[in-house]
Amino acid sequence: MSIKVDQVLDCKGLFCPMPIVRTKKAMDQLEAGQVIEVLATDKGSLADIQGWARNTGNQYLGTKEDGDVLIHYLRKANPDEVKEATKFEHTIQNDELEKALDSKNDDMVILDVREPAEYAFKRIPGAVSIPLGDLENKLSTLDKNKEIHVVCRTGNRSDMAAQILTANGFEKVKNVLPGMSEWTGPTENDEGGNK
Amino acid sequence: MIKPISAKEIAERVVEGKMFVLDVRNESDFNDWKIEGKGIESINRPYFDLLDGVEEVLEHLPKEEVVVVCAKEGSSKMVAEMLAEEGIQDVYYLEGGMKAWSEYLLPVKIGDLKDGGSLYQFNRIGKGCLSYLVESNGEAAIIDSARMTEAYEDFAKENNLEIKHMIDTHLHADHISGGRSLAEKTNATYWLPPKDAEEVTFSYEALEEGKDITIGHTKIEIQPLYTPGHTIGSTSMIVDGQYLLSGDILFVDSIGRPDLAGKAEDWVSDLRDSLYNKYNNLSKDLVVLPAHFGKISELDEKGGVSAKLGDLFEKNSGLNIENEAEFRKAVTENLPPQPNAYQEIRETNMGKINPSNDEQREMEIGPNRCAISE
Repeated sequence: MSIKVDQVLDCKGLFCPMPIVRTKKAMDQLEAGQVIEVLATDKGSLADIQGWARNTGNQYLGTKEDGDVLIHYLRKANPDEVKEATKFEHTIQNDELEKALDSKNDDMVILDVREPAEYAFKRIPGAVSIPLGDLENKLSTLDKNKEIHVVCRTGNRSDMAAQILTANGFEKVKNVLPGMSEWTGPTENDEGGNK
Repeated sequence: MIKPISAKEIAERVVEGKMFVLDVRNESDFNDWKIEGKGIESINRPYFDLLDGVEEVLEHLPKEEVVVVCAKEGSSKMVAEMLAEEGIQDVYYLEGGMKAWSEYLLPVKIGDLKDGGSLYQFNRIGKGCLSYLVESNGEAAIIDSARMTEAYEDFAKENNLEIKHMIDTHLHADHISGGRSLAEKTNATYWLPPKDAEEVTFSYEALEEGKDITIGHTKIEIQPLYTPGHTIGSTSMIVDGQYLLSGDILFVDSIGRPDLAGKAEDWVSDLRDSLYNKYNNLSKDLVVLPAHFGKISELDEKGGVSAKLGDLFEKNSGLNIENEAEFRKAVTENLPPQPNAYQEIRETNMGKINPSNDEQREMEIGPNRCAISE
């Protein structure tokens, strides 16, 4: 699978500490919310990149393996994401959505507006991926008659997406709160495995 | 200017010196396994938290001397440079990192044999593994060899010894044995208990009771004693009537765990019989030499680990559980996590898989965990 990212950083052949030093430098140049792919052959980079992301508040999305190469995905933290209050009035809580999923309603769509790399590693089964930045160009792919449940990590990007949808004539839209960061229901990923 | 410090020098500090360690590996590696010792003080700050500067950690460090350690060396050098710039007088980095520390063997002379010759313990302090070299009249036998056999080869060369026997007391699950490879290299005989060798892919000499091994002209006897429990084949050895090489059956502060081949329930009664009957019938003057130590406090002032069998029957709690049901409970419910990659290590020692050097190194990372918990 190939995942759309904003930057690719090649740290193959470099040993600790260089993969993390380079990742940090590259992340400093990124905009909040952008995603970086880091290629590394140093096996220690896996635990270290997770630790570094945790301690700096950046988002570690996951790691794929391709032969000897580890491919790490990170998303630069947006300091506003956790603080900003959501504005869109129609909301649904994670647990209510989980129950609604059980009823297997064909008129329900889950729209995941996170970045492709976030979606690739963990998503609600069957969710449709349209990153927030692409939404306005892809409105025609969505069905106005369906109930659209918009989800992101913490409810902010989905709030904005829900507002875009209603401004464009979508009437049955709900923002999922708090979103994937606290989702405990079923998930799937690009490898096809359900967790 | 930063300076390297070797694993050998670290061993000296651990045994009888002092040292302040700044460990810059990630927290989970540090919590799992670190440099320990009576005079060793250490703190952990991952190098990736220090990329913007070391100011935060300076107040926790002594001004005079700090030893920075990491997994392989690179990050410790980087952090050491930063500390030196902040004015700490002597900043060292561990050459080769924890990898080198895990692989260093400290030779300690345990004692002389009755008719000449002597017995050495090779202490792999970083991992808690103990191996032995018995020498007499220019011949040597090595018991429970570590994967890094250079230490024994160098020792044999310096002392003009011909390595005649490589012996494993059992099929190891915590480290890769150097027994077979060094036996091939030196044309020595490789001995393994047959009950642990049912699935091995190579030929070996069966280590069984009655097959005494002689080295040198003075007939130093190495007598195998079948003591199952840690593994079904586990065999102890009595050397020169003085020393009991107990493998992973009896340690100084604990006893062996029976579960690393997945048969805890089956092997508990074997373990009890080996400890409470077979060992109990041996001379209490025997000096017990185990294949592991559990805590760094077990090291004596030379860095050796040993104890009189009689003392262990008094002090070792694992030898003092009267009730059989309680014993069963203690050894089946009191188990620490299993050693890193123990299944792959067993398969490597059986010759079923042939990982590269780097892979073998990775497999051995972390503590040995062959004893039950206190």
